Amino acid sequence: MFLEIDDTAPPLYDGGTDRHDRETPGFMCGIVGLFLKDKALEPQLGALLAGMLEVMTDRGPDSAGFAVYGAGAPGHVKLTVRGADLDGLADAIGGVKATVRDSHLVLSLPAAEEDRVRGWLALERPDLVVIGAGQRIELYKEVGLPADVATRFNLAGMSGTHGIGHTRMATESAVTTDGAHPFSTGPDQCLVHNGSLSNHRSLRRMLEPHGIAFTTDNDSEVAAGYLSWKLREGASLAQALEDSLDDLDGFFTFVVGTESGFAVLRDPISCKPAVMAETDRYVAFGSEYRALVGLPGIEHARVFEPEPARVYAWEHG
Amino acid sequence: MPVIDLARASTRELNARLHALTPDDGETEWVVANPQGRHALAVGLDQPVTVEIKGHAGYYCAGMNAEATVIVDGNVGVGVAENMMSGTVLVKGDASQAAGATAHGGLLVIEGDASARCGISMKGVDIVVKGSIGPMSAFMAQSGNLVVLGDAGDALGDSIYEARIYVRGSVKSLGADCIEKEMRDEHRADLVRLLAAAGLGDVAHADEFRRYGSARQLYTFHVDNAAAY
Repeated sequence: MFLEIDDTAPPLYDGGTDRHDRETPGFMCGIVGLFLKDKALEPQLGALLAGMLEVMTDRGPDSAGFAVYGAGAPGHVKLTVRGADLDGLADAIGGVKATVRDSHLVLSLPAAEEDRVRGWLALERPDLVVIGAGQRIELYKEVGLPADVATRFNLAGMSGTHGIGHTRMATESAVTTDGAHPFSTGPDQCLVHNGSLSNHRSLRRMLEPHGIAFTTDNDSEVAAGYLSWKLREGASLAQALEDSLDDLDGFFTFVVGTESGFAVLRDPISCKPAVMAETDRYVAFGSEYRALVGLPGIEHARVFEPEPARVYAWEHG
Repeated sequence: MPVIDLARASTRELNARLHALTPDDGETEWVVANPQGRHALAVGLDQPVTVEIKGHAGYYCAGMNAEATVIVDGNVGVGVAENMMSGTVLVKGDASQAAGATAHGGLLVIEGDASARCGISMKGVDIVVKGSIGPMSAFMAQSGNLVVLGDAGDALGDSIYEARIYVRGSVKSLGADCIEKEMRDEHRADLVRLLAAAGLGDVAHADEFRRYGSARQLYTFHVDNAAAY
């Protein structure tokens, strides 16, 4: 016999779509990060990051994303726009330079033009999403095997000072690009997250009146927004992460990038895996050591596991 | 001495060759080259052979080991020697989380540090760590010995049963129902034996250690609750 279902009753779980947008609360997803100290390595940043990302396919074969901090001009911003029908867009906007990479377009424009261009996009092309903005950050994410995603955007050809990446295994939700990491909620800021947050609904309600805007229902985007809020209020990256230990509830390993900084934080019981390597030339992060095997001089690196609830942060001078 | 180069062979080929060994095989010394952090290396061995892994290993290295000696010339990932039954596992570098988890017997020696949950639910294994151990180590440890020459992190021995913990350095905090206990002659003798087995007899002296174990105050230890079963 069938149970009668009263569909006028409130659902047992009223968390909206958020339950389905959480990142794999189980054990998977891979994250990687590379922060260069040696300028001579900068032309290889994309190639090294692509190699790290591909090894993490086992942890996340559904989609992949990465942020690269490349060249930037003072007084200019870069907007990374994702969507279809990107050809001719720059001409239509006017006064911007554009680089198309597959489903993404990077617009370079004078900082004073940012509001006008964002306004134009919102009005004329609401189908497009601005997924990253800043002087140097470029951000790409797409559905597919990490190696294929990296190839589509020619990650191996990118140079830069630092970059972070994510491979996703969707266990509770559809495989969509919206659910892919990194998330960027502030200028030149991005975050990748392995884990799940329990109090992201209340955090979202706290942050929205402060002007932190979200484009998805994803819990990881809330973590990114929390850090953006703290940074905007004047906190250093390290301080923002320290504060997050008090305010975020859940499982997390975060790797965070800013214009000049790179940081790592694990929750107090270190639920999610993490391994780091440091040499005179770079600092690298991987969900597993395997991701670091292809880095130059790894056999002589200081390899260590970041401690729970301890902020690790590096900054370019 | 057979060398299996993981730059060319798969993990499955390595383990299949080691599983195929019989007591009559002459090959008792094996070398694994280019491990590159791969998972599940040298798991499920059941013959008294020695396998030396030349580099870092990934998760569950030497899991379920019986009889064999596995030496890792590098670091290991999560769950080294998990559920080991007998034999010896020696890690020359650091170990990630849950080293020796649920292991029933044998000896696990870590020359570097071990991170969180070292010896979680250990069931008879002896674990000797030359460095320090992370938080929540020996959680629900049931029997066996955990010897630490360095320091222990938070919540050591939470909900511990009958395992014995010996720490030479500091203990950041003790977990629920774990207390410091008197060092008697039998414990000193045990420590001397364990340090010697780990090749650390000259590095540390039994008198330098403090012993920790169960206060036996949790639900499980009250005879009144036995009627519930």
